[in-house]
Amino acid sequence: MSLFRTELRRLTKRRFTRYMTLLGLLVLAAVVIGVFFTNQKIGAEQYAKAERQADQQYQDQVRWSEQERANCEQAKAAGTPNDGRYPDDCSVMQAPTRDQIEASWFLPSTFDFRDTFDETLIPFAAILALVGFVVGASFIGAEWSTGGMMNLLLWRPKRLTVLLTKLAALLTGMLAVTLPAAVLWFAGFWGVATFRGSTEKMTSGVWQSFVLTGVRGVVLVLVLTTIGFALASLGRHTAMALGGVVAVMVVGQFGLGILLDMAGVRWAEAFLLPTYMLAWMTKTITLQDWDSCNATFNGSCEPETLDITWQQSSVLLSATVVVILGAALWVMRRRDIS
Amino acid sequence: MPAVLEIEGLRKTYKSRRRGARNALDGFDMRVEAGQVHGFLGPNGSGKTTTLRTLLGLIRPDGGRMALLGHEVPDALSTVAGQVGAIVESPQFFPHFTARDTLSLLAGAGEVPAVRVGEVLELVGLRDRADERVKTYSLGMKQRLAVASALLKNPKLLILDEPANGLDPGGIREMRSLMRDLAESGMTVLLSSHILGEIQLICDSVTIISLGRRVAFGPVDEVLAQHSSGAVRVRLEAVSDLPAATEALTKAGIGVTGHPDHLMLTGVDKPASVTRLLAEHNLYVSELAPIAVDLESVFLELTSTAPVPGQHRQVDESMKVGGAGQPGTTGGGWGA
Repeated sequence: MSLFRTELRRLTKRRFTRYMTLLGLLVLAAVVIGVFFTNQKIGAEQYAKAERQADQQYQDQVRWSEQERANCEQAKAAGTPNDGRYPDDCSVMQAPTRDQIEASWFLPSTFDFRDTFDETLIPFAAILALVGFVVGASFIGAEWSTGGMMNLLLWRPKRLTVLLTKLAALLTGMLAVTLPAAVLWFAGFWGVATFRGSTEKMTSGVWQSFVLTGVRGVVLVLVLTTIGFALASLGRHTAMALGGVVAVMVVGQFGLGILLDMAGVRWAEAFLLPTYMLAWMTKTITLQDWDSCNATFNGSCEPETLDITWQQSSVLLSATVVVILGAALWVMRRRDIS
Repeated sequence: MPAVLEIEGLRKTYKSRRRGARNALDGFDMRVEAGQVHGFLGPNGSGKTTTLRTLLGLIRPDGGRMALLGHEVPDALSTVAGQVGAIVESPQFFPHFTARDTLSLLAGAGEVPAVRVGEVLELVGLRDRADERVKTYSLGMKQRLAVASALLKNPKLLILDEPANGLDPGGIREMRSLMRDLAESGMTVLLSSHILGEIQLICDSVTIISLGRRVAFGPVDEVLAQHSSGAVRVRLEAVSDLPAATEALTKAGIGVTGHPDHLMLTGVDKPASVTRLLAEHNLYVSELAPIAVDLESVFLELTSTAPVPGQHRQVDESMKVGGAGQPGTTGGGWGA
């Protein structure tokens, strides 16, 4: 227990941890503030204004349409070649009807908590997962590269205990940041919805869904923190984790994506990690194959679909953690420390 | 005296696909008795640091037996770790923490009372600089911090690898005094260093390692005596008398090497007999000096690392020893 408390102290004492956490929280705060200022509450005044703007748009369209039809007829009478600018029959140039221009197009953006909040949990999890990955990698990587790990092992020679205690302290620290941040995130967007949108139609089922999405977001943060930690421990340097993630993103994702696209592989997105991250957060991602046609009863073509579910993502995330952390533990146990 | 550190037949081989296998430790033996300051000497690459790392559980040995404070290691390392303070090679610390933070975190991990941090900072002379970040420290200050970290546990056995590295002359003297005080308080100190003059001054006993094997060990005086040549330098009142003196001494069975202004004698039991013999031939001695050996010359002889003009010795070019019965070994076997 003393080692755990010490490692927790070490984690919080590190400037990099403090700065990265602060940076992550500032970005999250900026998102909330940005959403607050780019949304408005919609009332009778906003509806009336939107109607006026729709009317104005309709008038402009009618005026423009008449002008263009006149030009068309003029060009036709003069025999000027129109180069495809006008149709052969100028009468087909008609202004849209008033009901085709919807007032809702001119309504300001508003934050509907029920419809929009779960989408905001994706950037929340992504930003904190990035912070967790980098802090986790640095926490153990810097210890290895500066000799701190060796010093510690002279005091606590049980290698696996030391490594796992460090990881436990790291995950506790991340949880201590993520959980309050999640509560503030909920509260912040509730405030945004209250003052700049709507909090209507919130049922217990919706709340439950949001909480479950939030829990999956927290799990994602902890998983990526563990992966960053394990990669840096494996390479005994922070750069191993950072280099590893750059390699995976550049080679494994962009490169693979381009290759699969060129090869015309069906369901190419199913081979890319971000798809599974998104599926984890949104419960399901539906991929569509636009080169296929499923005829419908009305004669139209529907693309074939493939669902990637959060359960499949959980298998991938679990396997990744087991493989990378397992390798880090094995190397910790077997390799000489010099 | 009971042994606090015992090593027998320790082996460690590093394997490389490109360079093949290299024996860093090739059946190394060592014994350190309680309450001693024991010097651990060897040329660069001879296996000193590998020995210390292996002893402390940082490197897995390929064979042999080790014991610390009567417990077999690495199996019982957790049991004895709290009683063994160590610094291995150059001091390494997280550069952005202060010295106090560094020690405080180690104390926390080792369940050492926090008050001990202030005590060891005082002891190594870092009290007034304890709240500065380690990255602002000089090498000597980092070395002091490393010693402080090793002393934090108030260990029974203190293992220090090159503790005087980077220290100023005053610091070296303080370190020497500290080692002595610690030994007098009952702590056993194992000191690895290349400053052989310091080792000779501080240590009660030494072990010399070369190419992964022990080439000499025992009390410092005994090691020096074992490698004393018994040579005597003689100068006469008149340089012109040297040939006559050479003839007289040779007839008496003494080995003589002539030099322009003096003679070097070997095989002399008692220097006084030389004076008497020469006086009987009316040859009068102006200087008669037994040639004393120091640890440095013994070290250079045993490890064959003395510089040779015009040659550039490579790191692994040192004494190749043949195991039991090798010349220069003052004892043999486990802890003898």
